[in-house]
Amino acid sequence: MRAMVYRGPYKVRVEEKDVPPIEHPNDAIVRVTLAAICGSDLHLYHGMMPDTRVGMTFGHEFIGVVEQVGPSVRNLKRGDRVMVPFNVYCGSCYFCARGLYSNCHNVNPNATAIGGIYGYSHTCGGYDGGQSEFVRVPFADVGPSIIPDWMDDEDALMLTDALATGYFGAQLGDITEGDTVAVFGAGPVGLYAAKSAWLMGAGRVIVIDHLDYRLEKARTFAHAETFNFAEHDDIVVQMKKATDYLGADVAIDAVGAEADGNLTQHITAAKLKLQGGSPVALNWAIDSVRKGGTISVVGAYGPMFSAVKFGDAMNKGLTLRMNQCPVKRQWPRLFEHIQNGYLKPSDIITHRIPLEDIAEGYHMFSSKLDDCIKPVVVPAA
Amino acid sequence: MLPYTANRANRAESSDQLRARIPGWGADLDPKDRPSVPRERYDPAATGAHWDLPERQQEKWPRERSLEHRHLPPVFGTSTPPKGLSGALRKLSYARYSEGRAAHWLILLMADRVDAIESHLRSFVTTRPDNPITQTGVLSEGRRRGFSSRFGRNRADLGHTWLDPIIVVGPWVLVGVMAFRVGRMLVKRRA
Repeated sequence: MRAMVYRGPYKVRVEEKDVPPIEHPNDAIVRVTLAAICGSDLHLYHGMMPDTRVGMTFGHEFIGVVEQVGPSVRNLKRGDRVMVPFNVYCGSCYFCARGLYSNCHNVNPNATAIGGIYGYSHTCGGYDGGQSEFVRVPFADVGPSIIPDWMDDEDALMLTDALATGYFGAQLGDITEGDTVAVFGAGPVGLYAAKSAWLMGAGRVIVIDHLDYRLEKARTFAHAETFNFAEHDDIVVQMKKATDYLGADVAIDAVGAEADGNLTQHITAAKLKLQGGSPVALNWAIDSVRKGGTISVVGAYGPMFSAVKFGDAMNKGLTLRMNQCPVKRQWPRLFEHIQNGYLKPSDIITHRIPLEDIAEGYHMFSSKLDDCIKPVVVPAA
Repeated sequence: MLPYTANRANRAESSDQLRARIPGWGADLDPKDRPSVPRERYDPAATGAHWDLPERQQEKWPRERSLEHRHLPPVFGTSTPPKGLSGALRKLSYARYSEGRAAHWLILLMADRVDAIESHLRSFVTTRPDNPITQTGVLSEGRRRGFSSRFGRNRADLGHTWLDPIIVVGPWVLVGVMAFRVGRMLVKRRA
């Protein structure tokens, strides 16, 4: 089969690999029909995530058709169209039993601090991902769902991570009616978080980024006010002015490890790998929110320490809430929102790329060329 | 005079105005409608799992694992087993240091860099050597408006973009210089 393969920082190519075998009785092998490149894939691509091995196939956002099932699989059969959450999870451990699917304890030998994620380094379990023609899907009776007939494939693809994570990020903010919500980052997750904040009753939604084309999308797709932080000497002061010097009630970090806006933070984290991430957006969130406010973190960070302004968070009495999204838990409600016309997830997709051109796709997305917001990979193109 | 007085700010738009303007506004106003509220909800029957403890996947090679695990979890990824010097470093990191130690992660990061160098060198004795031009996707600069996407747009990342080519090309130059020096040394010894 053809598969994207990591060849070292900033380098990927497509190689011929063996079709993955069934390794466990509850495995399925899925033929991938659509995959996406996620902003967090760029942390791997840039060599920031420890234990990212040459030869691994990335990709934790994908949908496809069941090709083969293991002997204990009851809920899926060959030919089913399925959407697969980015979490690999068992459904039966202490954490899964409580709905914390992203924190599963039975799927990741390499680390206890994080669950399993497809195509996301050995730190997340060492599973090959879906930017390929076929992928192994463990716990086929737990993770995947059959795509409803009424749902578009591209909408289903966005539900496997980006939409679910953005929606989850808004929930972590504990938004109450009329709250002012600041969303740092106008990438896919930030756009979905901004859109979701309205569903939860926000009174104002403000999106902050430095890419004008993404801020334009925040205005049109997510009905948000926007600030370009590169146009302001100090975005924290700007946020205070915009909120009568009170601060936002809720701030969401939808950027994570490679945030721009502070050269020292960015270089020490993204280039020198001396931090788990560049917490510029998180620090701005901490300083922009009002005292007693809530910070939601859904941007991804590596396992190393990061220079977070924890003193400000403590002195302001903030509540910090964060996690990788337990994706499947979000699906029933998100299905309703899509059917009701409140959400059209595929509206943020900007590029569709054949698998064979994936190196160019990574470069374009990483370098933010051609007004790229969300690139989708088509294995059979 | 927010926030120096007790009052809340006057809202620019009422809830009714927002409901009229934004599709779905307030649909999840009640926290009971939010799927991850409360954060933990004990319901093991909800997941589809039909086992108390999953069957164990076969361990085809000694699988490295965190010291913070009691035993090897029943299911795990089988991508890219450790190999070479980078593999030895990875095994050392897992065997010696917990996730709580910076040494664990720093050794793994070092192993990643060693792995890249080992793999590049290994590729030169195959029919498909690494090609930094095609693998970096840099050829898309022309097709994807590389210049106009970057300049004249007040992007904050331009301050460090110049580092990217050094990160990509630097190791190749370093290996080339080292190979040249080693070659020259060997030639001098023979002479």
